[in-house]
Amino acid sequence: MSNTTLRVVLGLTVAALILATAPLWAGRADLRLIGEMMSYLALAVLWNLLAGYAGLMSVGQHAFVGLGGYVLVIGTVSMGLPPLATLPIAFVVAGLAAAAFALLLFRLVGAYFAIGTWVAAESVALVFAGVPAWGGGAGISLPADVVRSIAETREMREFVVYWLLCGLGIGTLSAAYTLIRSKPGLALMALRDNPTAAVSVGVNISRIRFWTYVMVAALTSVVGAIIFLQKLRVSPQAAFSLQDWTVAVIFIVVIGGIGRLEGAIVGTAVYFLLRETLSGYGVFYLIVLGVVAILVVSFSGRGIWGLVERHLGWSLLPTGRRMSA
Amino acid sequence: MAYVDAITQGILLGGLYALFAAGLSLIFGVMRLVNIAHGDFIVLGAYIALVTVQTTGLHPFLSLIVVVPLMAGLGYAIQRWLLNRTLGPNLLPPILVTFGLAVVIENSLLMLFSTDNRRLAVGAIETASLSLGPISVGWLPVSTFLVAVALIAGLELLFYRTAMGRAFRATSDDSEIARAMGVNTRHVHSIAMAISFSVIAIAGVLLAARSNFDPFSGPARLIFGFEAVIIGGLGSLWGTLAGGIVLGVAQALGAQISPQMQFLAGHLVFFLILAVRPRGLFPRMD
Repeated sequence: MSNTTLRVVLGLTVAALILATAPLWAGRADLRLIGEMMSYLALAVLWNLLAGYAGLMSVGQHAFVGLGGYVLVIGTVSMGLPPLATLPIAFVVAGLAAAAFALLLFRLVGAYFAIGTWVAAESVALVFAGVPAWGGGAGISLPADVVRSIAETREMREFVVYWLLCGLGIGTLSAAYTLIRSKPGLALMALRDNPTAAVSVGVNISRIRFWTYVMVAALTSVVGAIIFLQKLRVSPQAAFSLQDWTVAVIFIVVIGGIGRLEGAIVGTAVYFLLRETLSGYGVFYLIVLGVVAILVVSFSGRGIWGLVERHLGWSLLPTGRRMSA
Repeated sequence: MAYVDAITQGILLGGLYALFAAGLSLIFGVMRLVNIAHGDFIVLGAYIALVTVQTTGLHPFLSLIVVVPLMAGLGYAIQRWLLNRTLGPNLLPPILVTFGLAVVIENSLLMLFSTDNRRLAVGAIETASLSLGPISVGWLPVSTFLVAVALIAGLELLFYRTAMGRAFRATSDDSEIARAMGVNTRHVHSIAMAISFSVIAIAGVLLAARSNFDPFSGPARLIFGFEAVIIGGLGSLWGTLAGGIVLGVAQALGAQISPQMQFLAGHLVFFLILAVRPRGLFPRMD
């Protein structure tokens, strides 16, 4: 293990330990907030892989968050499965749905692909809203016995969901780091930096894009299932919320630094800082985020982390490579 | 008979969708830019018309003499000083900036006007109808459709018969060469956006006269316009009219089955076209 890898592993382990012990030192509201931050960190890391690395600008990831939420509820309510057993099902269902969408949507170029993913998300939401057995437009709650099966007391339940969310946040970040340092990750970085050159050295763009889209969708859906395990209730509006699962995530990555793993961490911090400080002013924080995102894209391009990297030369999760003699 | 009626209404609705689509198609044709905030600008146009009507007492259709220049100026400014700097080989920046604009517009409108449903009262034409054999059609949808046809014809003329249109086409084909030939492409882009925004203004007023709108009505208009563009075929203005009509008819027929099916039917036709004719019904652009 090289020195840098050791440092990263150590850093992630310490972060995981601090987060895991939070039930001992943090209050209920804080725990909820940290849990929510972890879920956004996971969503942001995933969207960053998609848009920042593979160049797939999806504005329809809420399709998969919602799909995960619905798999959780349908699996537990209609099929009697324990909640955690629905997670692999959410992974597979969303992966298959994404593969089907990819076959059609990859025919759209650039920005039209973006709106195509949005149409796909709208269609999925309409399908779920149209099935009365799944609650129709009103939605459906997790029944009490399913909720109890997570853990007996409410306190313990909150801890379990919190740990799941932490595992998700740190796990996704570690997995993305490992991926970027692997051989397919090298191809992804080549794709990010220069698609034409990447093709010329033998990167199979369409294959790597397809698999990135499918895997990101599958994992996004698992995140969604755990998010709704905390909320205990799904409705088409909440599960397929463009605002919550796509707009917020895009702002996080763009402001933090698109195409840099650290961007998701910085962006999540900035997003929650703004949201919590401006919470008394309604949707004003979204206007501020929008303006900041526009300025970041127009003037810097690589977000806050891009500036840090350029001017200070820092790297939290170094993915660069050195040529060996 | 219900189906004949639905198809007729769908065709007329298609005119409005073609108006949503024409502005999108125009700027994509000239500079390969897709404005994610397109629908939100349509709704912004509707709100500007609403305020104009409330403060001046003008008829909503006459308010266009205020709304169109305002929106055209806004479009020029946004392209000239914001979007032009994001155009380049990388596709993400313009998408991200227009996405940011969409969120800013929606939430600003929400803070200014709340979530209340609004509508522009346009007087007797709202309820006046015209009998065509066994079915009757409203004058408002008919006029909307005719306006759409006239506007598309006008844009076609502009594109293929004027010096400005030649600059548009040159910029579209190869903006480097166009620049070398003395075309100020930044100005050309901005003019194209101003024209797109004029169409947006008209579409906004017609939308507001026809149905309720609120600060979050924009994204659905973007999606309908986009579906019309893809169904009709990239780069073809008459194609967008055909695309709009196909989409309008699909939605009207879907609504006959169930309320949820209205929009889902439109989406399904869109996916069907992507599957069997990915270049659309009447493609022109390579």
